Amino acid sequence: MNKVLLIIQREYITRVRKKAFIVMIFVVPMLILGMSAVIGLVAKNSQELSNDQVVKVIDDSKAFEGKLHNVKHIKFETGKQPLAEAKAALQEDENLSVLVIPADYTKKQVQILSKKKPTYQVTNEVEKQMNAIASAESLVAHHIDTALLNSINKTHIEVNALEVTATGTKDANLGATMGVGIACAILIYLSLFIYGAQVMRGVIEEKTNRIIEVIISSVKPFQLMLGKIIGVGLVGLTQFGAWILLSVVSSKIAGHAFSGPGSPMAGAIAVLSTIPFGYILMCFIFYFLTGYLLYSALFAAVGSAVDSETETQQFMFPITLPLLFTYILSVSVLFQAPDSPLAVWLSMIPFTAPVAMMVRIPFGGVPDWQLGISMALMIAGFLFTTYVAARIYRVGVLMYGKKASFKELAKWFFYKE
Amino acid sequence: MLSIRNIVKQYAGHRALDDVSLEVESGKIFGLLGPNGAGKTSLIRIINQITAPDSGEIYFDGKRLDQSHINRIGYLPEERGLYKKMEIGEQMIYLARLKGLSRAEATAKLKFWFEKLGMETWWKKKIEELSKGMSQKAQFVATVLHNPDLIILDEPFSGFDPVAADLIKDEILELNKQGATILFSTHRMESVEELCDSIALINKSHKILDGRVKTIRNSYKNETYLVEYTGGKLDLSGSLPFNVVSETAGDDDSHTIKLKLTAGSTANDVLQYLLPKTRINMLQEVIPSMHEIFIEKVNQNA
Repeated sequence: MNKVLLIIQREYITRVRKKAFIVMIFVVPMLILGMSAVIGLVAKNSQELSNDQVVKVIDDSKAFEGKLHNVKHIKFETGKQPLAEAKAALQEDENLSVLVIPADYTKKQVQILSKKKPTYQVTNEVEKQMNAIASAESLVAHHIDTALLNSINKTHIEVNALEVTATGTKDANLGATMGVGIACAILIYLSLFIYGAQVMRGVIEEKTNRIIEVIISSVKPFQLMLGKIIGVGLVGLTQFGAWILLSVVSSKIAGHAFSGPGSPMAGAIAVLSTIPFGYILMCFIFYFLTGYLLYSALFAAVGSAVDSETETQQFMFPITLPLLFTYILSVSVLFQAPDSPLAVWLSMIPFTAPVAMMVRIPFGGVPDWQLGISMALMIAGFLFTTYVAARIYRVGVLMYGKKASFKELAKWFFYKE
Repeated sequence: MLSIRNIVKQYAGHRALDDVSLEVESGKIFGLLGPNGAGKTSLIRIINQITAPDSGEIYFDGKRLDQSHINRIGYLPEERGLYKKMEIGEQMIYLARLKGLSRAEATAKLKFWFEKLGMETWWKKKIEELSKGMSQKAQFVATVLHNPDLIILDEPFSGFDPVAADLIKDEILELNKQGATILFSTHRMESVEELCDSIALINKSHKILDGRVKTIRNSYKNETYLVEYTGGKLDLSGSLPFNVVSETAGDDDSHTIKLKLTAGSTANDVLQYLLPKTRINMLQEVIPSMHEIFIEKVNQNA
């Protein structure tokens, strides 16, 4: 059996067996669920309609005229004025929204316009009533043909929420997108740090335990470093895999428990379903893997240069600076301007790309060529850092009791075998 | 077994090995001697292919040393260490598999060794639960588990209590009898005379002496004898076939003289001179110990 595989196996199994790993798998999603439950509760309370909402209905299809009935806090009015005039009126009144039903409402989108983002209560109520009316209409049109009932029940009208601002309309789900962007930035930043530090600690452990000399009399230092990096990386992927599985299962369960029209959960799920999670997930895994390979090699080199974890500070700071810098920029500035030149440049440089690109991706609109260049540079970047780190590592692991400086590391790099 | 030819190893500040050549015979025990910092560990690391020499070659069984020889070498470094949090059984098997053994082979061999050294109950223990001496014993097992043809031990007896050191010494001798070649470094001279067939003395990156232990010691004989006699203290004056180096009086009327022959005289002349004068208990030629040779050579070299 290949020796690198043996090392990967050991690194992986000893970590996965640890209690902390198993606990993390369950605790983290529970924390996230708990937090979102709290947020949801707060949001639900704040979304209770305090003001009466007026919905002006501009119905080109005439199918819904007079059929929408008022409920508590929501009043429907038939809009007589043209659309432009109604839009202008929106700027005056926050509690006013305009429901635009096109003549061919089964094919074209029904829209609801308002000054602020429309509340779920309003959109849900409109959706519910319109669906009921439309299916009643169909039933009548088909003389209650039971054979056709199944297809009729599939009638589904989506209300696309648009915000009308001074500059035009924009997608009301922007908030959710920003949230996903920031969440991606935090997650990739933390995981690069956590797993990179694990590699570093593993190297220091082998060095301080003095087992390193036994091991590298059996394998080459590079094989050991590679095995360790891959093993720990697989632990990271396992962790993510378990989380994704858990969240899919739990959201399915939650979906069953809370679904039903009008529930805030259904609204939240509807908003989240507009975000391309598959695409984001694939990009996330790519940037996690390449970013991890890039940084963990450097972390391994740092681990090889020191005798204890307390000595790592002087090296850690400059290495993690680009990551920290991008992270702070991401959660403060970049998510508001995902296509600004700064964001584009940061998402190209391999040291900053994992975080910067993951902020941009949920917004969509990253051109394929930019993504391609960034990914190619990531691969080149980690090959480069692995090469540099391996040269430092092979010397460092055998150096005991020598306080290393950057000058020293540079010297090690140029040592012959 | 091992032919080391003109090895040079240069580190940033100093030259660790300067043109060192050695021959280690197959099936023998070879001692690598030298004061701290002489270059012993550098040489051992080169033989283990942990580092590479700047120039010079090493031949293993007549072939240029390469990666394929790694599985035939067992190495116990001076700085001992194992994974603290890994179970011993699992850890030993891992180390043996890195040396090319299959899991089944490693398990069988490990059972044999654990039984032999009374370590059966250690299998599920972690190194951090063991004493220092115990973990060293475990590490010795890890070194020889894969039946290496060449066993390299860097200061093997340091850190062992006398009982454990004896146990390890016996194991080394037994492995040697079964055909393994042993190369060990030490600065404990008593173990050298007891164990080694041949030695090399390294000082300040140079080899300053090598050969069979017996030959070396004999070549350092310098016509010195010890004589012990009983009776009144002799008056050693006038023309003698020897010069007195030192004289000591024993407890029970016995005296010991250390003497050096004058040119041309033999031990017989000494006896002839002493016989009529006193009762001789013992006459013995003084063969210098490795310790004395070591000190002498190193000081000469300084």
